[in-house]
Amino acid sequence: MAETMKLEIFRYHPEKDNEPTFQTYEVPFLEDWVILDAINYIKDEIDGTLSYRWSCQMGVCGSCGMMINGVPKLSCAVFLKDYYPDKIRVEPLTGFPVERDLIFQMDDFMTKLTEIQPYIIRNKDEEKPLDEGEYLQTPAELARFKPYSMCINCMLCYAACPVYALDSTFIGPAAIALGQRYNMDSRDHGRDARQELIASHEGIWECTFVGECSAVCPKDVDPAAAIQRAKVSSTIDWFKDVLIPWGKKK
Amino acid sequence: MGKKEMSTYHRPFPNTWWLKRKPYVLFMIRELTSVFVAGYCIFLLVFVYKLTQGADVYGNFIDALKSPSSVALHFIALAFVLYHTITWFNLTPKILVLYKGEERIPQGLVAGMFYAGWVVVSVIVALFVLGM
Amino acid sequence: MITNHDIVMIGGGGAGLRAAIAIAETNPNLSIAVVSKVYPMRSHTVAAEGGAAAVIKDNDSLENHIHDTIAGGDWMCDQDAVEYFVNEAPREMIQMEHWGCPWSREPDGTVAVRPFGGMNIERTWFAADKTGFHMLHTLFQTSLKHNNITRYDEWFATKILVENGRCQGVTAIELRSGKIEVIAGKATIMCTGGAGRIFPFTTNGAIKTGDGMAMAYRAGVPLKDMEFIQYHPTGLPGTGILITEAARGEGGIMLNKDGYRYLQDYDLGKPLDIDDPSHPVKKSMELGPRDRLSQAFVAEREKERTIPSSYGHVVHLDIRHLGEKKIDKKLPFVRELSKNYAGIDPVYEPIPVRPVVHYMMGGIDTDINGATSLPGLYAAGECACVSINGANRLGSNSLTELLVFGARTGKAAARFALEVPHPDKNSLELQTADEQKRITRNFFRKGRGTERIFSLRKEMNETMETSAGIYRSGKSLKETCDKIKELKDRFVNIDLEDKSLNFNTELTSALELEFMLDVAEAIAYSALKRTESRGSHQRSDFPERDDENFLKHSMAYQTNTKPHIDYKDVIITKWPPGERVYGKEK
Repeated sequence: MAETMKLEIFRYHPEKDNEPTFQTYEVPFLEDWVILDAINYIKDEIDGTLSYRWSCQMGVCGSCGMMINGVPKLSCAVFLKDYYPDKIRVEPLTGFPVERDLIFQMDDFMTKLTEIQPYIIRNKDEEKPLDEGEYLQTPAELARFKPYSMCINCMLCYAACPVYALDSTFIGPAAIALGQRYNMDSRDHGRDARQELIASHEGIWECTFVGECSAVCPKDVDPAAAIQRAKVSSTIDWFKDVLIPWGKKK
Repeated sequence: MGKKEMSTYHRPFPNTWWLKRKPYVLFMIRELTSVFVAGYCIFLLVFVYKLTQGADVYGNFIDALKSPSSVALHFIALAFVLYHTITWFNLTPKILVLYKGEERIPQGLVAGMFYAGWVVVSVIVALFVLGM
Repeated sequence: MITNHDIVMIGGGGAGLRAAIAIAETNPNLSIAVVSKVYPMRSHTVAAEGGAAAVIKDNDSLENHIHDTIAGGDWMCDQDAVEYFVNEAPREMIQMEHWGCPWSREPDGTVAVRPFGGMNIERTWFAADKTGFHMLHTLFQTSLKHNNITRYDEWFATKILVENGRCQGVTAIELRSGKIEVIAGKATIMCTGGAGRIFPFTTNGAIKTGDGMAMAYRAGVPLKDMEFIQYHPTGLPGTGILITEAARGEGGIMLNKDGYRYLQDYDLGKPLDIDDPSHPVKKSMELGPRDRLSQAFVAEREKERTIPSSYGHVVHLDIRHLGEKKIDKKLPFVRELSKNYAGIDPVYEPIPVRPVVHYMMGGIDTDINGATSLPGLYAAGECACVSINGANRLGSNSLTELLVFGARTGKAAARFALEVPHPDKNSLELQTADEQKRITRNFFRKGRGTERIFSLRKEMNETMETSAGIYRSGKSLKETCDKIKELKDRFVNIDLEDKSLNFNTELTSALELEFMLDVAEAIAYSALKRTESRGSHQRSDFPERDDENFLKHSMAYQTNTKPHIDYKDVIITKWPPGERVYGKEK
């Protein structure tokens, strides 16, 4: 082993520990290793008890989000060489309860995702039979919502959001962005159905526009933009309601 | 196998969270600048009120503003308002997402329009003030 | 503890979710469980890039798609299944569109298609180059609409429960607590994907360990055509990350160390100039089938015309001539992956690539309804073998397969579930207690041996690559069969450091390795017995296709010793076996 590096990893075992500890491991330094490679090396060669989630190793399954020196990152997409020779501190994503070691609990997100109704909702009489083919959608219409459809649910945005950490009732960046993804889809009629939650206190108005959700997003989804744009359209809704109450939709 | 009841660990989130990373510090400064922006708005209202109270009152008020402490306060307020303006202008492309066909209008251009508008308004104000 | 459902899906990827939605829509009163060892959106469907095939354009025909599929599969496909698949494909793809899948579009708003290898007309629907990702998330999000679907996220299935001659569910470990429980169902559908992780160099994610295949195999269901392993010709060296075939569909070319388009030397047609408006020519050169392209790489390697790299030899995939704009629009993920993981920007440099294990044509033997020989047990997706993929899958057929056979299998399982009585609660509980004991005994007993998961896995990877790679020989396969036997013997002495319950990923790795060893055994023995060369199974000692003896599916049955390999006729309806012709058709 020529050059090595140190990883300081957050350890917590619910069956044994009341408080987490940090454990330091020495791993080989390889130019083309990502942090996940080093963690896999630890699991395989040094300490089989380390628990974490991972799968695709290509930044698309969204499993391996971790705090790397305090910043939320996909551990399969950051290289050791960017930190060498300093020690790297690895922790589970902040803002979530820790199940064990680097594994955090994401039940809360799964509930919120369901509540936001992230699927096409169409007016009943406007459903097109399959035999009549696809709904037409121009490339321009597709471009309107496409960025928001790129979310891999990796939870980095929640970990970057101090609002969520302070008050977990906040629906949060990814779920709202996914709601907006459908709101902006030309095939969808579900905005009103989603609005109740999106425009609620736990929804967009909780956001103070720190903007870090977008900064850490590995897929350029820009959830901060999704939320601010929802604020604008909700405000317009409100003005419309107040100024022309008779114009209210059925 | 386990000794204690299994439970998740909730990490504390200290009040000093915003000191931990630079983007959070910058955010908190941006939030803080709102106080100055609001304060200066009140000051401007006072200013207008003094104007309505006749030349003497207004003159005294202007003299008071020339004190070193008042000038210093103005510079501080200017710095904060500038910070506030710039950070918000930089954020406008997030709110104003414009498309031309399939292509998104570059974020820099959207922010640029705000800066351009800012310059134009500033020039008009400057001409108005200096022209007097 | 027992939880009862009508239908239990094991696996929450494309096939599992499609099946669940199909049942939820047709039978809103049935209770459906989706059991997955990961959150469904982590399933490996997410990593599919290029697209999904279905005939939709006027210039195409169902007959074309059927023929391309059958010829691509070297006549090992069951033709009734292919015909059903091709007929149903457009409807399923339109259904995905109605559910919101962001398919790429033509300027007039209709769905756009692109060409893939082995197709005579472009028919691959795509969502830029993240098609699998968009399909999986669309399916997952759509599934949230149905409240009769209960999800068991991060539950690891360990065993199929058979009672009264039928499958009545599974035992599964709730990873969070480590508890082992019965998830009982009147019907169970395996949708656990492939087992690429048996090999050292694969596009497959860590979760693809053949769990469902092994569970079915242990329950006495045969694994069919396991020797057919697809190497994708363009993976990044080192990581094995997939560079989609769409890169070639859009016009990318393959070059050897001399910058020569070497595929022309391998009976794949003559190259057209990259500026020629007819480039790329379908079913020719870079758009030949995957097995032939991967084999051409090996031949180039032997001629010493490949390029050495720190992770073995590579060739170049060059897409520079497409230009930045087209690359960003049609192949953004290719650019992202190349920049991040190969350190090159394909707008300016060619991408280093080499063949990499990608897909398993074989799997759990099912009929056209996804039913296995064990009543109540069904399978769909990569873990199943219907078989529409034969000896070599056509690129972009697998995503469509998830939908077509996911839906069909779901509906068939629902019909079955409506007819059978409730599970035999008591005996299932007894079986679960046994399974609990087995796991405790095998992995938590004190004073076990000193074998490490990692070393066994590595040895398995190595032997599989050596013998069950692109070219195989009887001698090396024989050695591998022995080696797998040795590894299985040594597995008994495996030692876990982690003796705890909560999220014990060392335990799941061990269980996965145990699954993989079973699947590897089926692969090695099936490959050894098939003394011919067909599609992705190339025997250096038997280089010719032998329709007389081997136009048959291999059926591997587990026994107490080595697997028993039997054969089943391929269903040939209208398309008699012929030559595979590439680069010669117009």
